[in-house]
Amino acid sequence: MSWLKKILPSITNVVKKNIPEGLWSKCPKCETTLYAEELKQLMYVCPNCDYHMRISARVRIESFLDVGGQEEIAADLVAVDPLKFKDQIKYKDRCSQAQKNTGEKDALVVKKGLLNGMPVVVAAFEFKFMGGSMGSVVGEKFVRAAQESIKNNTPLICFSASGGARMQEGLFSLMQMSKTALILKLLSDKKVPFFSVLTDPTMGGVSASFAMLGDIHIAEPNALIGFAGPRVVEQTVRETLPEGFQRSEFLLEKGAIDMIVHRKDLRNKVHQLLQALHG
Amino acid sequence: MNLNYLDFEQPIADLESKIQALCNITDQANIVKEMKALKAKSNALTKKIFSSLSDWQISQLARHPQRLYTLDYINNVFDEFTELHGDRAYADDHAIVGGIAKLDGQSVMFIGQQKGRSTKEKLKHNFGMPRPEGYRKALRLMKMAEKFSMPVITFIDTPGAYPGIGAEERGQSEAIAKNLFEMSTLATPIISVVIGEGGSGGALAIGVADKMMMFKYSIYSVISPEGCASILYKDVTKANIAAESLKLTSKHLKKEGLIDVIIDEPLGGIHRDPDKAKQLLKDALKQQLQAVGDMTIDQLLQARAEKLLGFGKFKE
Repeated sequence: MSWLKKILPSITNVVKKNIPEGLWSKCPKCETTLYAEELKQLMYVCPNCDYHMRISARVRIESFLDVGGQEEIAADLVAVDPLKFKDQIKYKDRCSQAQKNTGEKDALVVKKGLLNGMPVVVAAFEFKFMGGSMGSVVGEKFVRAAQESIKNNTPLICFSASGGARMQEGLFSLMQMSKTALILKLLSDKKVPFFSVLTDPTMGGVSASFAMLGDIHIAEPNALIGFAGPRVVEQTVRETLPEGFQRSEFLLEKGAIDMIVHRKDLRNKVHQLLQALHG
Repeated sequence: MNLNYLDFEQPIADLESKIQALCNITDQANIVKEMKALKAKSNALTKKIFSSLSDWQISQLARHPQRLYTLDYINNVFDEFTELHGDRAYADDHAIVGGIAKLDGQSVMFIGQQKGRSTKEKLKHNFGMPRPEGYRKALRLMKMAEKFSMPVITFIDTPGAYPGIGAEERGQSEAIAKNLFEMSTLATPIISVVIGEGGSGGALAIGVADKMMMFKYSIYSVISPEGCASILYKDVTKANIAAESLKLTSKHLKKEGLIDVIIDEPLGGIHRDPDKAKQLLKDALKQQLQAVGDMTIDQLLQARAEKLLGFGKFKE
């Protein structure tokens, strides 16, 4: 280890300690110090390097829909512990902890509202709720969202951010993949558009079900999107992964997504495309 | 230690080796009685051990190296089988075998995951881990089955979809998702059987079925016991604990209504009596084909949709 590396960590620690909690925050990528209020105005995109930070489900939906007339759907669904799952921490305790930390009941929030005046249904993942994992509640909420879309002939938009299926619910969580795929097939048969917006990260059972079943796939810049996690892939093939592997730009190149859209342009781009398909 | 036996079966193995030793003695007259007694003891012991298997022991049986694989069944369960290759776009994935088969005179579309036994076969079939082109081949065959009104029969036996660079580049997620999407309303009956290992999304991608069956000692799980152990306990050797937590056996899943039928296995597991296992599978398939054959396509799709939408437990 060089002398520089030896002293570097302590320097970074000192810098971190000097930032007052809440007023300033730091870009996780370029480490530029940013004024929190400004960052909020910029929808949590770093003005220096364009890094798209992970945002909560509620911030996402509230900033995506028009201000007035938002109404939450299936807000009261909560998880049970169907397997009496044995773990160092009980599943129920993990859920209550996540509820306390996020203020959400589970990892998906669904609202109906207006997008530039056009009625839509929006679902968004709360990644901080157990890694945005999909269990019975997420699956059911997604179904209710799509049913609302079918009932009123209003487009469905989903912002995904998930590590995949929730293993604490065992096969119940795996079955949410076929359950959500079915409801999208029924939505598709009614010719109601479904847009999948893939945000960082979208992996596993969520990526391998509804997130990859959109009429249009939009990704935010540099989001990690894939089936198996990069570490699992690396351990399996025992070689270095290609540059930018499983990132939005890589998926665009490989033909898996339609486009990459900057967070500040999402509202207008989605609205423009929906008008063309469904106006 | 006899490698044909799992660690919890070693008492049976000891008895069997005694029986084998007696067989080699030339003085037959005196030993017949003793042989009979030992055989009876061995059977009783097997019954006793197998009457209270742990979920981890069942997981070991599901992945037993001598357990029958898809291709071991095909010639006995079906009267004829013509393999169809390729996804028409990229390649023919040998981890999924598919084609047109006949079951008691009725044409069916068969699709099954194949693990491979020898090292060479394992490599050819990629240890039963399909790539996107395998799932796309499966979908092509399912759409053909729909077009020509043939029931679809699938055999599930995979550790999971292949987590490789190429598989990711060619859209593993999209391939699996598309199969779930299309299978959910495919206008022909679908019958699936987990014959060994049902590994997560890689299994489900050919397992959206009207009748979901499992062999008694097969497993079906959202994540492998090893994967679960390494995430929750940061320790792969705790896979036995994870296996108990995941409720991945046929008995648990039947109780929860996540599968429809358990197919019994010969005493000691499928590999102890392969012919009997093949017959049990054939009988179960015939019975379920008859059951779905009695329904109209509308009734079938209605029931399938209700079943899929009913999956999940939550409070409101």
